[in-house]
Formats: sequence, structure tokens, C-alpha cells
Amino acid sequence: MDGHDRTGTPHEGDRRLANGQREAEVVAVLRSASGPLTPREVLERIGGDLAYSTVVTILTRLYEKDVLTRAAHGRAFAYAPATDEPGFAARKMRQAMEEVPDREGVLTRFVDDLSSRDEALLRRLLGGDLDAGR
Amino acid sequence: MHLAVYLPLLFPLFAAPGARRLADRLEPRPATWLLTAGAVVLAAGSTTVLGLLALAGLVRIPLVARLAELSPAVLARDDPARVPVAVVAALLLVAASVAGSRFAYRRVRAVCAAFLEAACFPGQNPLVIVEERAADAFAMPGLPGRIVVSTGMLESLDAAEREILLAHERAHLRGQHYLFTAAVQLAAAVNPLLRPLAGQVAYTLERWADEAAVLESGDRRRVAVTVGKAALAAKNSGGRRRLPAAALGLLGGPRRREEPGPVPRRVAALLSPRPAGGRWRGAVAAVYLTAAALCTADAVQDLHEVMKRAKGG
Repeated sequence: MDGHDRTGTPHEGDRRLANGQREAEVVAVLRSASGPLTPREVLERIGGDLAYSTVVTILTRLYEKDVLTRAAHGRAFAYAPATDEPGFAARKMRQAMEEVPDREGVLTRFVDDLSSRDEALLRRLLGGDLDAGR
Repeated sequence: MHLAVYLPLLFPLFAAPGARRLADRLEPRPATWLLTAGAVVLAAGSTTVLGLLALAGLVRIPLVARLAELSPAVLARDDPARVPVAVVAALLLVAASVAGSRFAYRRVRAVCAAFLEAACFPGQNPLVIVEERAADAFAMPGLPGRIVVSTGMLESLDAAEREILLAHERAHLRGQHYLFTAAVQLAAAVNPLLRPLAGQVAYTLERWADEAAVLESGDRRRVAVTVGKAALAAKNSGGRRRLPAAALGLLGGPRRREEPGPVPRRVAALLSPRPAGGRWRGAVAAVYLTAAALCTADAVQDLHEVMKRAKGG
């Protein structure tokens, strides 16, 4: 598909669209996974009527586009999302902590809530310094 | 039992006003240690006395006295605790045990969750940046501990101020501050009279980290400005995180209207010279706690004597 030019026949356009959807599905599966997945594992999670070789093709193509990273895993490769990986992990971590009932007792927040009175007091204490450099 | 038995129940009452002064005058690190240890000692003392009174009531039940081979006559003569007092003490003891266990269970779970999440995050870099417009930053204990900062917070600070923020959060992680919080809040859960102490420790821990940031940056005023800017950014960016009602309860309830909140209080402390005095206040507090501990020991000894006489009689 990659070699085709943009002005393909309508039939090729459909196929490209279908491929884009499959790619998005595969990336979504990898993002929701807790670790790297082999093509077989991706196939199991996607379900549907995809062939194993199609999944391998999609994964390889995404790897070549730098969307995924991969590492040898037995005889196959295991794939994981590459772009935005730390951001993704950070979001996941944050989300997990949101669900902990007593989290505020464990996390030490830099600043507490500020009432309007506190804000006025703060402005009196620090004056113009508060707005410098913003 | 004589009246001194009840003294450990009174000590927590007078700890609150002293705690605030200690938090303001003493260096943050010794203040934190003293207030946390104080809360634990006072909570242990009051709980022990409740236990003694309940026990003294229990042995007045004829069946229990017979099983424990204690003389009802001696117990009636020495009258370790009046029955209504013993019943009230037993009820309070049950309430304290339930509150303490509930708190401990929830806190242990939350700490485990934090350690797990911190460990699962890839890499050893403690700094974790979350894409989020609301300005927020916190330290999360773990191995290694993580410092979570939102992009909204980073954008509202300049480079030097970001360093100050990180120095502050690193101090929280280095000092294992979550353990102080857990200890003092457990004491407050067991004995609600100690809630003001938990509130003061929350403040002195922030002060401890602020002073650590001052040591690293060498500029008190800059640290004060950073705290102020971060607080305004959190407020104005619609930081959605309000303290849950339960946490507020543990920190001494909604504060009185005329008192400034923790942020202006920290800023004011940073604009003043580093606290160096307060030694005699610390000494007075230490004496107070020793007295509380001695009174508790005396109460235990007292009941022990009664039991010994009842056993021999």
C-alpha cells in the first residue's frame, strides 16, 4: 500500500481507509495492554476476521513508521507503542491513583487550595513578584 | 484508683494551642518530629487509660472475677472504676479501635497502591510529567518515589522556580514524609482531640520541604514567590482536586475564618528569617509529653496493684 500514490482508484481508496482503521485498532490494543504484545496476542485481542499475516504486516508497517517499538520475544517480536510512551504511562499512573480512596493522605501536594481571602493575603505579601516572568 | 488515672485523658486537650506555636517557632524538622511523637504518645496514653477503665469494670462482673480468680470483696473495697465510667470507657475504646483500624487499613492500601504505581512507571527518573492544563504537582512515595507535575504547573513557573518545586518535592520523598502523616493521622483517628496536631504536622512537613528548597536555591524570597505563584496557578487553572471531607476532618476540620490558610502561612514564614529559636518551647513540650507518659505508666501500675491485692485476698 505504501507505494501507491494519493490519486488511486476509488477501490484502492477504500482499502487504504480499511487499513487505517486496522492500524488504529492495533495501536489501541497495544496502548491498553500492560506490556509489549506479540502478533499472536494482538490477534487474540482484536478478534474478528483478520489473518495472522495481516496483523504481522500492520505491526511491521507501524514499526517502520516509528509508531511502535519492538523487541525480540522468542521467535516473534513483541510490539509496544513508541510515541508518547512516557506520557501514556504518566496518564495511566495518574488515573490509577485517582481511584485510590485515601490518596490525599499519601501524596504530598506542592500547594493546598487557596481561598479568596488567602489569595488577597498572598498578593499583599508578595506584591508584583507574583506576576513577574509569566 | 485515684483521680490521676484520668489525667492522660486530659493531656490531649491542652496540646492543640501549644502545637500551633511550636509549628510556628521551632525549626520545621524538630517541630515535625516532636508533634508527631507527641500525638502518638498522647493517643497511646488516652487509649491505655480507656482500656484500664474498661478492664476495671469488666472484673466487677461476678463471672469474670470468678474466672480470673479475683476476690469480689477486694475489688468492691478498692473500687477501681465505677460501673457507668467503665461502660463509657469501654464504648469509647471500641470507637477508637474501630476508627484506628479503619484508618490503618485504608492508609496501608493507599500506600501500597502508590508504591505499586511508582514501581510500574518505566525508568528511574523520579520526574513524571502529566499532560494537563490544571496546575498540579505532588510527590508520590515509592521505590523510587515519583514527582508528578502537570504541564499546566510547569508553564506557570520559570526555570529557577521549577527547580525550587522539584527540590521541595524531593525533600518530601527523601524525608519519607508520608510516614509522619500516617502516624499523626492514626493518632488523630484514635483520639479526635489530637486532630489539630495532625493539621500542624501537615503544615510543618510543607515547611520542612520549603526550607530544603531554600537550602538548594539559596534564595528565601524566590521560594516564597514560587509557592505563591504555584498556588495561584492551581486556583486559576481550575485545579479540580479538592480535599475530600474525610481528610479535612483528620486535619482539624474547616479552619476558623480569620486564620490564614497554609499557603499564606508558608509564604509569610519564608519571607521571615529561618526560625532558629523555640528551644525552650521544645523543652516544655518534651516535659509535657514525659508527664503524660508517666501518668499513663502510673495508671497501669495502679490497676496492677489492685489486681494483685484482689488475687491474694
